[in-house]
Amino acid sequence: MLPLALATGVMGISFGVLAYASGWGTVAPIVFSVMAFSGTAQFAVVSVLGAGGAVVPAIVAAVLLNARFLPMGIAVAPFLKGGPLRRALEGQAVVDASWAMASRGGGRFDREFMIGATIPQVSLWIVGTVVGVLAGGVVGNVERLGLDVIFPAFYLTLLVEELRAGGQAIAVALIAAALALALVPVTPPGIPVIASCAAALLGLRGRSS
Amino acid sequence: MTAIWITIVVVALLSAAIRAFGPILVGGRELPPSMGAIIALLVPAVLTALVVTQTFGKDGRLVVDEKAIGVAVAAVALALRAPVLLAVTLAVVATALARTFG
Repeated sequence: MLPLALATGVMGISFGVLAYASGWGTVAPIVFSVMAFSGTAQFAVVSVLGAGGAVVPAIVAAVLLNARFLPMGIAVAPFLKGGPLRRALEGQAVVDASWAMASRGGGRFDREFMIGATIPQVSLWIVGTVVGVLAGGVVGNVERLGLDVIFPAFYLTLLVEELRAGGQAIAVALIAAALALALVPVTPPGIPVIASCAAALLGLRGRSS
Repeated sequence: MTAIWITIVVVALLSAAIRAFGPILVGGRELPPSMGAIIALLVPAVLTALVVTQTFGKDGRLVVDEKAIGVAVAAVALALRAPVLLAVTLAVVATALARTFG
C-alpha cells in the first residue's frame, strides 16, 4: 500500500510541476488536487486549459475521463454503509487502484479496504502537488526517471491476478483491449475506457447459457 | 485566472457527483444477479482499458514508446511469477534506461 501511495505522490509532484509551469500559480493546483483528486482528469484539464483558455472543452475532457467512476461506483455501492449522504461521501473513495484492489471476486468489494487504500493515496497526491508547485524547478522532470510507467505496470499486475482466476475474465480483457486500441485514435480520451466497460456485458451471456 | 478557478470548481463538483451517483442510486440494495455477473467482469474490463490507454495512448494517438517497453518488461516478470513490487520496479528501470539511452 505504501509504494502505491508514494507512486501517487510522485504523480502529484508531476501534476504540480505541470500546472505551475502552465501559469496556474501555486494555490489553484493545490485546491484542484484537494477537491478533485483525479489524476488523469486533472492532467487533461491543465493541458486543455493551459493558462486560461477554453473552459468548456476542459470540463468536457475531465467529465469524459471521470465517467468510468459511474459504473465503478455502482459496482461498489451495495457494500457501502449508511444513508444517502454518507454513501455519497464513501463513494468519493472510488479511485482506480483502490477500487480494483478492493475487488474480492464475484462482484464483491471490501469497503474498508477501499477507503483505507484511498486515504493515503489522496493525502500523498495533495502533498505531491504542493511539492510540485513549490519546488518544481528543483525536482525537474520526473518523466525521465520512468516513474510514469508505475501506474500502467501496476494495473497490469492487478489484471494478471484477475486473469489467473480464469473463466470469462480473459475473453472480457481481450474484447476490452481491442475496443480501447480501436477507439484511442478516433475518440476523445475517456471514451475508450467507458466503451471497454461494455466488454463486461459478456457476463450476461455466461448466465443465460 | 478566472477561467482556471471556474474550471476547478465545476470539475470538482462534477467529479464528486459522478462518484456519488452509483452509491446514492443503488443505496444499500443488493444488485440483481444478472448485474452481479457484469460487475464481476467490470474489474478486468476497467483494468485492461487503463493498461492499454495509459501505455499506448498519447494525445489521441497510439504510440509504442519507452513506456510500452517498461510495461512489456513487467508482463514478462509477471509471467515468470515475479512479485508485484519487483515487476513494477523493473518496469520503471526499463523505461528510465530506454529514455536515457534510447
